[in-house]
Parts: sequence; C-alpha cells; structure tokens
Amino acid sequence: MMYRLPPVPGEWIDRSRQLEFEYEGRPYTGFAGDTMTSALAAAGEMTLGRSFKYHRPRGIFSFANHDANNLFQVDGVPNVRGDVAPLAAGARITAVNTFGGLARDRGRFLEWLAPFLPVGFYYKAFHGRHFPRWERRIRAISGLGTVHAALPREYTPKRYAFCDVLVVGAGATGLAAALSAADGGARVMLVDENARAGGSAAWSGATTAEVAALGERVARNPRIEVLLSTYAAGCYADRWVALVEPHRMTKVRARAIVFATGVIEQPAVFRNNDLPGVMLGSAAQRLLHRCAIAPGRRVVILTANREGYELARQLRAHEVHVAAVLDLRSGSVGDAHEIPGVRCETRVVPEEAIAGRDGAVRALRFRCASDASVAQRTERIECDAVLMSVGFAPAIQLLMQAGAASAYDTALQQHLPATLPPGIFAAGRLNGVYEFAARRQDGRDAGVAAAACARGERDVYRHEKPEHMRQVSHLYPVFEHARGRNFIDLDEDIQVKDLRDAAQEGFDSPELMKRYSTLGMGPSQGKLSNLNGARVLTRVRGTSLTDTPLTTQRPFYHPVPLKHLAGAGFHVTRRSAAHACHEALGASWMNVGGWQRPEFYSFAGLGRAECIAAEARAVRTGAGLIDVSTLGKIEIHGPDAGRFLDRVYAGSFADLRAGSTRYGLLLDEGGIVRDDGVIARLGEASYYFTTTTGGAAGVYRELLLWNARWRMDCAFVNATGHRAAFNLAGPASRELLQSLTGIDLSEAAFPFQGARSGEVAGIPARILRAGFVAALGFEIHVPFGSGAHLWNVLMNAGERFGIRAFGVEAQRLLRLEKGHAIIGQDTDNLTNPFEARLGWAVRMGKPFFVGQRSLRIHESRGPRQTLVGFELPADHAPVFEANLLIDGGDIAGRVTSIARSPTLGRTIGLAMAAPRLAAPGTELAIRASDGRMVPARVVKTPFVEAA
Amino acid sequence: MKLMPCPLNGPRPLLEFVCGGEVRTMPDPDTCTDAAWASYLFTRDSVPGIRREWWCHIPSGYWFVAERDTARDEIVKTYDSSRLAAPQAEVVPA
Repeated sequence: MMYRLPPVPGEWIDRSRQLEFEYEGRPYTGFAGDTMTSALAAAGEMTLGRSFKYHRPRGIFSFANHDANNLFQVDGVPNVRGDVAPLAAGARITAVNTFGGLARDRGRFLEWLAPFLPVGFYYKAFHGRHFPRWERRIRAISGLGTVHAALPREYTPKRYAFCDVLVVGAGATGLAAALSAADGGARVMLVDENARAGGSAAWSGATTAEVAALGERVARNPRIEVLLSTYAAGCYADRWVALVEPHRMTKVRARAIVFATGVIEQPAVFRNNDLPGVMLGSAAQRLLHRCAIAPGRRVVILTANREGYELARQLRAHEVHVAAVLDLRSGSVGDAHEIPGVRCETRVVPEEAIAGRDGAVRALRFRCASDASVAQRTERIECDAVLMSVGFAPAIQLLMQAGAASAYDTALQQHLPATLPPGIFAAGRLNGVYEFAARRQDGRDAGVAAAACARGERDVYRHEKPEHMRQVSHLYPVFEHARGRNFIDLDEDIQVKDLRDAAQEGFDSPELMKRYSTLGMGPSQGKLSNLNGARVLTRVRGTSLTDTPLTTQRPFYHPVPLKHLAGAGFHVTRRSAAHACHEALGASWMNVGGWQRPEFYSFAGLGRAECIAAEARAVRTGAGLIDVSTLGKIEIHGPDAGRFLDRVYAGSFADLRAGSTRYGLLLDEGGIVRDDGVIARLGEASYYFTTTTGGAAGVYRELLLWNARWRMDCAFVNATGHRAAFNLAGPASRELLQSLTGIDLSEAAFPFQGARSGEVAGIPARILRAGFVAALGFEIHVPFGSGAHLWNVLMNAGERFGIRAFGVEAQRLLRLEKGHAIIGQDTDNLTNPFEARLGWAVRMGKPFFVGQRSLRIHESRGPRQTLVGFELPADHAPVFEANLLIDGGDIAGRVTSIARSPTLGRTIGLAMAAPRLAAPGTELAIRASDGRMVPARVVKTPFVEAA
Repeated sequence: MKLMPCPLNGPRPLLEFVCGGEVRTMPDPDTCTDAAWASYLFTRDSVPGIRREWWCHIPSGYWFVAERDTARDEIVKTYDSSRLAAPQAEVVPA
C-alpha cells in the first residue's frame, strides 16, 4: 500500500493547497502539484487501469507515462496521461477500457480466453468471412477512452519559433548545455516534459541545492527561454521540432539541437511482472522525491545495478521498510552490495509475483542461485511493492528521427549514438555518461559546440567516452515461466511466449516481429518493450544486439491530443472582381482551378437546364456576358519576346502585327497538347496573352523555366490577378459595346483577331476580338479594381438588347456548337494537336518550338485517334462524357463532350475516335452508362455555322 | 519540413518550391535520331546519388539549380542557373 510521507526536501507538492476530485464516482483529496496518478497513489489506490487485451489490473509502473497503464477519462476528455497530467480541483476521473467500472470490470474474464488469442491473432482471424464478425467483437472489447462528439470544440493556438540552440531535456545535462550555449552567445530554448527542471538529478548524485542552483542560473539567463510541461513530440527534417505545450503547439526551427533526453528505465520480465505494486525503481524515485509518496510498506528491490542499492538507501532515509535487495548479478560485480540491516542476495532469479485479493502484489517468489544447495528451492517473500532497477535504454527516439545512427555498446550494455548529422548533438546519460559531474561536463561541451554550430562554425564537438563508464544494464533480464504471464509489452499484453511464437512462425526480424506481434505499437511506442523484445529475438536467433538493429521509433514521442494537430484549413478560393454582381444575379457557383465561377444563373421558375438554355439563346440571338477573369493572363516584354513565343508556342508570333491576335497552342516536349489561349501583340516588344484557367500558374512557371534555360532577352509578368476580363458575345455585342467606347468597332476597323487598347466607359481597357462561343464577340480586359463597375455598365447598357449573364455551362455548350475543343476535356495527356484537329495552329516549318521534334515523329506515324463531332437521334438513352464508342466489338474511342443544343434542337457532342470512324456520315455506336447501345452519326463541325 | 537554400531568397521551407526535374541537355532536334530523342524525353536515371535539378521558388517565380543527394536526402548546394554552361542545342541563335 502506497502512502504519503512527511515532507521530503524539494518535493513538488504544495501541502497548503488541498484539491478535491472524484475518481470512479468516489471523492478523493490531493495536493496542488500532484499528478492525477500520484494523488490516487497517495490515497492508497493500487489499481488505476485495465490492460488493453486481457483487462488485467494495472497500476503505477513508470510514473512518467513511459507505460500506458494510467490513462484516464477526465471530464469527458479521453486518454489523459495521468502520470504527468496535473491534478485539478473538481476533476471527474474514470479509468478507461473497463466494462462497468474499474473494480468490477466484466472484461477481466477475457484473460481466460488468452489461449485462444495467439500472437498474430488479427492476421489469422481477420480475413474472409470471419473478418466482419471478429472486427466488431475486437472493436467492442479493446480500445481506450471514449470520444464524446458533443464536447465543446477547443481551439489550440499554434506558434512558430526560431532559436539558435534547442535543448531537449532539462536535467543536469540539459541545464548545463543550455547555460554554456547561452554563454556562447546563442538564443536558447530549453524544453522539458516535467513541470520542473532538474530531471533525475535529485536522486542520482546531486544534492537538492545543487539542482536548484543550476535551475536558478538558467531561469535568470535572459538568453534562455524555458518551456516546462512541454515535450518534443517529433523531430523533422532540418531541425524542425514540434513542441507540445499544455495549451499550445510550438513548431520551432533550431540551428542546432542538443538532445539531453536521458534514459528510460527498463523492466525485468518475469511472471506477473505487471501486477499493481510492481514498478520501476525510477517510478519509486519520482514518487518519493516529487510527491513524497512511499511505494509500499514492505518493499523488495530487484536490481542489477548500483541504482538499486542507492534506491534502497534513499527509501530507508525516509523510513520506508525495505525487506530485501535482490541482485540478479553474481557477487563478483564491483558495486557495494551491503546495506546494513537489509537482506541482500545475489544471483537471484525471480520466479513470479503473487497477487493478493485486491489484485495487487503481495509477495515475490524467487530462487537464489548463489547457494548451490538451495538452487532449485524457491523462496517466497511477502511484500507490497517490487521495485525493478535492472537497466536502462537511451531515450534515443528523437535523436534517431533527427537522422542519427545508434550502435550497441557492449561495455555499457546500452545503445549509444554512433553518428550524428550536422547540427545535432547528444549529451548525458543518452551518451552513456551517468555520473553527475561527468553529465554536467558532457552537457557543457555539447552546449559550447551547439552554439558554435549555430554561429556557422565548424563542428568542434568530439564526444570522448568517459573512462568511468560502467555497466548499468543487465544483459538479459528476461525470465521464462512455464505458465507465462511474463509481460514484455504492457500496452499490448505481449508475453515472452508471443515473441517466441512470432519468431517460430517466421517473423524473426525486428521489423517483422513488431508488425506481427504489435510489439511496441501501443500508446507508449515501445519505450519499455522494444529493448527487451530485441533481447528475446537475439536469444531466439542466437545473435546479439550488436547486429540486431532496433525498429525505428517514429513521431510522436508521447501521444499528442488531436486538438494540437487540428488546425484551420487554408483552402484558398479566388473570387473575381465582379463576384458580388454574380451573387446578386443568382449565380450557382462551381470551383474551377481554385476560382469560384458561376456555373449558371438561377431564374425563378426555371430549372438548371432551362436556365443554361436561356443563357445560350441570349448569346445566339442578342448578347451575353461572361466573366472570364479566371483566365491566366501573361505579359511578355523585351526585344526577344516574339522569338521566345515562337520557341514555346506551336504557332508563329514574331510575325504577328501589333494590334492583332492569334490562337496559341502550347505543347510539351512530347508534342502533347498542354494549354491554349489567345496571344495579342500590343507593340513592337510586348505581348499579352491568355491561358486556360487551370493552367495559369503552371504555364507561367513553365515559360520562366524555358527562359531560365535559354536566357533570352525578355521578361514576364503574371497579370492573372491584375485584370478582370469579360467576354461580351452575340450578334448585338458590337452595337452594345460601341455605345460605351470611342474605339471604332466596325468590321473593317476592328476585324476578327484584332486587339485594341483604349477606354470602355472611361476605364482603360484591352479589347480582343474573340470567337470562342460566337462569331462576334469582344473580350474586354480592365484593371481588377474596375471589374465590378464595368460588369454593371455592360449589363445596364445591354438591357435593351436582352443581354444575359451566362455561366460556365452555357459557355461549354456554346463552344461545343462552334466545334471548339477544350484542352483537358476533349484532349488528354496522350493527345497531339493533329489528333485534336488543331494542326492548323502548328507551324511545323519554324526552326524550333517545344514539341516540334516529337510532332515530326507523330506526323510520320499518323494519328491514333481523331476528335470528331457527332449527333444523336431524337430519342436516345442518356449518354455522358466518357461513355465508350464500340466498333467491331472493341473499344474505338470515347465521348469527350456532349450536350443538348437549344439552337439546333438536337444532342451533339465530340468524341475521340479511331481515325477509321472520322469521316462525316459514319455510324457510331456508343455504349451508354446502363449498357444500352446508342447509335450516333459523325457530322462536320462547327455544328452551328453562322452564329 | 526541409529547408531549401534559395540563391535569391535565402533558406525557405520546402513547400514554397516545386521541382522541375533533372537538368538535362536537349539533343539537337535536327540531327538526333528518333531513338535518341525518345530517350531524352522518357529515360530518367534514377540511381541514388547527387542529382542536378531545376527548382522554382513559387512566390517569386525564380528558377535555380539545386544539387541534391537523393541517397541521403540532402541538398548539397544551390546556385543561379546562369552558372550552368548553356547546353549547345539550346543556344538561341542571335
């Protein structure tokens, strides 16, 4: 039974502030400074959770959340890390993973099913017809806390930070490193997951005063920012580290990082080593020095290093009864083994921990191999706590994420950093340095080197192995038992037998074994199990840890609440200058290349198709206006502008007269149609041209790349966002526009493919004669800020011509009537211009253009497909884009565009078809989505001639 | 996130950049065989090692050359494209 001691020097609790809280429905009291777990421990609660698979009772094990035993549901929030979460007044705490409460958990009977849940159970059971049944069962009985979707949303801020040197871990080493780095002129951030600095120094060689003095100096140093209760959750490329604070996440970019993360104490593996009351020696140290809690009234220490004896001395100093110190090692080890008044045994083999009626440990059965006469006789020792101090594993996870490599040191029996990437430093026990003074020196050296590195100086740090390195870890603290229950991994209830079976079944490499057995895949990510798992594997395979690489430990180091990861989504939506005008007209919006565009405008009483038809009719009979501001708009200026365009576009532009336009077709080097637009020559050395909406950014970037390669004398302006553009189309468009501008728009003065600059309604404008949707049309480009005004002016002036705004759908229909292909809809990534019947836009005779060489090959081979126009008979089954053409029982093409033309009263479309089907009059067969065959006939385009 | 040392803008997070593929010399389109041209188009040497690539800093529209060790996922150096010797076939006649 754990209990609270009289005040311990340096304790973190504040005995003047009592906190009331509730646990499993009953009232409790703790102190400010307690964690949830320690407050319950002080109240004598041994069982604080149930295990994941077998629902075994579990209690304090590491008191550092290196295990996942003590996860709580707190005021509705699931999986709160009780070992480290500060106790708050009024908290309502329950255990997770129980059925009907912790004490009477119905799931505890699951353990009897253990023989039927072998290693790799999921892989053996979760397939075929068994899958859904087992999946539902397992989901119901496993899992941790409960997510309440109704809880209020909690936004957590994110912060970006920068520093010269980031020190992870504020123990003796980290404090020394931070101070020396700051002395070297560096701006330092020092983070530690604990509520106070000092780490384990208070119980491993330093006096409380020494630790406090170090902490004082750090706190006073203006160049050091200290973040406590903050853990480094992951280390990413180029020294980018995610720091999780209680109510904020900080993403810090450091010039150099010192990892002073220390070591994680490892358990011994023997039967029932998971009982409440069996815990790590360091857990007892934390309980004692931080929370003034005795681990038990009658303590047995199972040890294999000096730390175990030191623990016994410190417990006795606080009048905790130590019943025995049982050493796994033979008597020949160098440490002092005698503690006056305490039974000390060597060459001990633990047999099993024995549970009392409350489920917690009440005795330990062991053998003493030192005495040959009693070697086979087991002895039982009554105790209510078994403290294990048998070895350590480095907290090397973050260092490995940073790109370091580790190697197993056989002198120390510990993995050590072997190679470190630039800007990454390791110091302290992580480096195998255990003595207090040596840790401080190693920290100082690393801090100096990190500061120099942050200044851009060469890597000066050479970690010298200290001569007094001593073995602190037992070689193989794993003890078999015929009846098992010797747990390697407490998160996942994995026993020694499971790993042996996994190896037996062929999963005998660390990576395979991990995935098959789920070793190290629980919430604590193998902090307490990976090393022992690897030890078992090496035993099975007859290898050693030296040549058995450990599995990679990926972010996050500790479980991170999802609220820290959730963020506002930055989905950029671009809006045209006339957005509000469209809104007022009832626009139905669609997303095109990141822009919001009106798909069509809703009219009261009209359906979607009717609206689109009405818009199209207005363009054919009077005037229509569409916002084409989303088109890419690029300017090229300079003496080589024309020659540059000749090299990248398939047509000819150096010979274009100023004041005129030409269709521009952009190919890739393979001769594939990539983009198109209208290119206008504004003057001797300047061109203005459009790209497709979706291609705007990519085309601009591609032009820049070509000129980075060619270095011609011209410069580029991406004017896409600078200008609004509207296409005024229809037979009445000329008369309408003429009423607003002094530019002569007559056919003679401003023919098709003309381009003019001037004023429209007092706004400086570029006007291009366009023919994409109708025979007569004007594309008017004005400064973005004048866009909404011009839209309104045009709509008002157009009233007497019956003008209508039209959207993307009507535009698609109108251009289809004109037989124009849309790049990317009627073409794909295999279409060359000849196949798209755009050969007229290609000047093969030019000296060079992008795609020309490939087109020569395409030309010589002839087309594999051709874009054809077709029409459907009056009554037909619905046909959609991407329906297939069938010819001779085989696929012979596909429909790329299809729509009902209100102008013609027929359904028309474009299809990419085999060349043999291209002649007008050819009968096609289209397989509709429902499998019916629909007859169609190839016709000449444009479908609508004169409009 | 990785940092890309942009010759124009200094070190910036990688998401501000786009890779334009390896720096390769276009064979003379008028004299090369179809096979040589097809190889230029489609064959890539993806053997891990130091690769010379085009990279663009998107916000500033700046293309430069980065030498990247694809075996170690390290950016070895970056420089302005003017330091590239103009590949012969791409020299634009004056």
